[in-house]
Amino acid sequence: MANEMKKIDKNGLGSIISALLEKGYKVIGPVLNGGAIIYDEITGVNDLPEGWGDKQEAATYRVVKRSDKALFGYVVGPHSWKKFLYPQKTKLWEAEKNNKGFDIKPSNGTAVKYAFLGVRSCELNAIQIQDRVFNNGMFADTFYNKIRKEIFTIAVNCTQAGGTCFCVSMDTGPKAKGGYDLALTEVINESGHYFILDEGSEKGREISSKVLSSEASQDEISAADKAVKNAEDNMGRKMNTDGIKEMLYNNHDHPAWALIAARCLSCANCTMVCPTCFCANVDDTTDLTGSHTERWRRWDSCFALDYSKVAGGNFRTSIKARYRQWMTHKLASWIDQFGSSGCVGCGRCISWCPVGIDITKEVELIRETAKA
Amino acid sequence: MEKILEKRIDTMQLDPMIPLRAKVKKIFWETEDVFTFELVYDEENRRDFSFKPGQFNMLYSFGVGESAISISSDSDKHGSVLHTIHKVGYVTSALSKLKKGDIVGLRGPFGSSWPLDITKGRDVCIIAGGLGLPPLRPAIYHIFKHRKQYGKVTILYGARSPRDIMFPVELEAWKKKHDVQVEVTVDRADSTWRGHIGVVTTLLSYTELDPEKTTAMICGPEIMMKYTVDELMKNNISDKNIYVSLERNMKCALGFCGHCQYGPSFVCKDGPVFSFSNVTDIFEIREL
Repeated sequence: MANEMKKIDKNGLGSIISALLEKGYKVIGPVLNGGAIIYDEITGVNDLPEGWGDKQEAATYRVVKRSDKALFGYVVGPHSWKKFLYPQKTKLWEAEKNNKGFDIKPSNGTAVKYAFLGVRSCELNAIQIQDRVFNNGMFADTFYNKIRKEIFTIAVNCTQAGGTCFCVSMDTGPKAKGGYDLALTEVINESGHYFILDEGSEKGREISSKVLSSEASQDEISAADKAVKNAEDNMGRKMNTDGIKEMLYNNHDHPAWALIAARCLSCANCTMVCPTCFCANVDDTTDLTGSHTERWRRWDSCFALDYSKVAGGNFRTSIKARYRQWMTHKLASWIDQFGSSGCVGCGRCISWCPVGIDITKEVELIRETAKA
Repeated sequence: MEKILEKRIDTMQLDPMIPLRAKVKKIFWETEDVFTFELVYDEENRRDFSFKPGQFNMLYSFGVGESAISISSDSDKHGSVLHTIHKVGYVTSALSKLKKGDIVGLRGPFGSSWPLDITKGRDVCIIAGGLGLPPLRPAIYHIFKHRKQYGKVTILYGARSPRDIMFPVELEAWKKKHDVQVEVTVDRADSTWRGHIGVVTTLLSYTELDPEKTTAMICGPEIMMKYTVDELMKNNISDKNIYVSLERNMKCALGFCGHCQYGPSFVCKDGPVFSFSNVTDIFEIREL
């Protein structure tokens, strides 16, 4: 093995967090909050959701107490890292009325240096997908790229799969294949509770050098690999992606769209929890004097009725058209736009859909009777 | 493409999301609900307007919002720019209330342009419906200026009624040119009207198009473009030689906000001008 692996324990992980804080990073990690495991600011290893897991199914998400003291014993919650890289609300600029008409002052955006702890492989892929969205070859988004280039990423390889996971189908997991500074695999067995630490970048080596670690033995590495294999073998869902682009392009008029639309509430939950959905709207707000105005960008959803509205009409009034747009974009036109699928198989849209619409099953429903 | 890009970044300062101030030099009403702005950059950020026929700008009304508006002026004139605007939504209504000397915000130019280079040596048939004429006018100016580079030129224009005709004085002047055929029709006539009556596709029977040599450039309501394309294809004009300009909701014009998606395309950066062959498969799908 080219890369020697290190082994750390819970205290070692605590030291990594301290080292990052010392370097001026704002450390974001998983925390238990309001009955869900979400991503929020942490200051130490005790903030992590020790001994908590989650149970996921279509329209179901529950945190459950585990029998062990795993720190990363959950899968993924409703949050994704886009919340920090691409905040739900961003002020783009403000303008002041004056004798020249008005002056526009660009907003500087966030100057925070984030360290993300607990980034799953599907989520690393989601970040790389959004990198291509916000740097599309013609334009680069200042706000996203400013935050993005500063982040420190600690991946966590999944050792168990959630009920709605299908990263194996999308080739995005469960083991992180790069794009991280450090990667951890948590192992709990008869020989103890430890993490195999993999250094993915110079930045990562610099931090891990400050932490007490030992060299991982071959057995310990094998145990970690076996744990990841366990996740790989137990995916809750799967999706057949063979020729999926052509299949969806050729089936815009498939009767299944109407069946799905009959259940879909058009609530936009799937787009909010999706780690790659990037649509945004802008709001222009003016103060009461009418002399100060601000432009804010905020997340939008293709499920919103006014999303496709123009002055003369609306291009997608039916829920059927909106669901078709979302799924066809995610699984098909995304490939034409950005060179990869827009889906990473994290399963969030399945778990958080209030009526349990399941993208993997809906694809099958169309495929069964698809026009070639 | 590379060239356009360089130019675009140059004219758009650092951040393409930040509008620049432009001054209303002139505002005049074309019809009851359509007006044209002449905009100049103010002293402080004086620069050239540089665009290709078919491109659009994002125009901002202070405190109200932005709209994507096509450019309707001659692309060889760099000192000012014309926008012909239908007063129909809240932003365009706010813009319509501005007076000479008032300031708007402007970002652009954005999007693809009419294929004037690759059309050299070919016949051109320009077909516009209603407000579709302004985005085509820069192409018409260009062709007139370089008339010898093009073969037979035909302009077919349809409006709802005589009162809704865009640029009627210019249309009359174009008609008097001996080397261009101009036909205008209205859906509903009044007692003053002496011209054609009927939808714009009926004008195709007054001209002869060589299917091998003709490139068509079409802009108008989508339903008008659909029937026009159908007619042209019946006349054996290949979808590769038919170009349409599409409209969608645009918020950023940079391909980030997602609103203007049309199949795999972002209308703001991959369009608004498309070769019909690139949208043939999806053009007739409802609510795509």
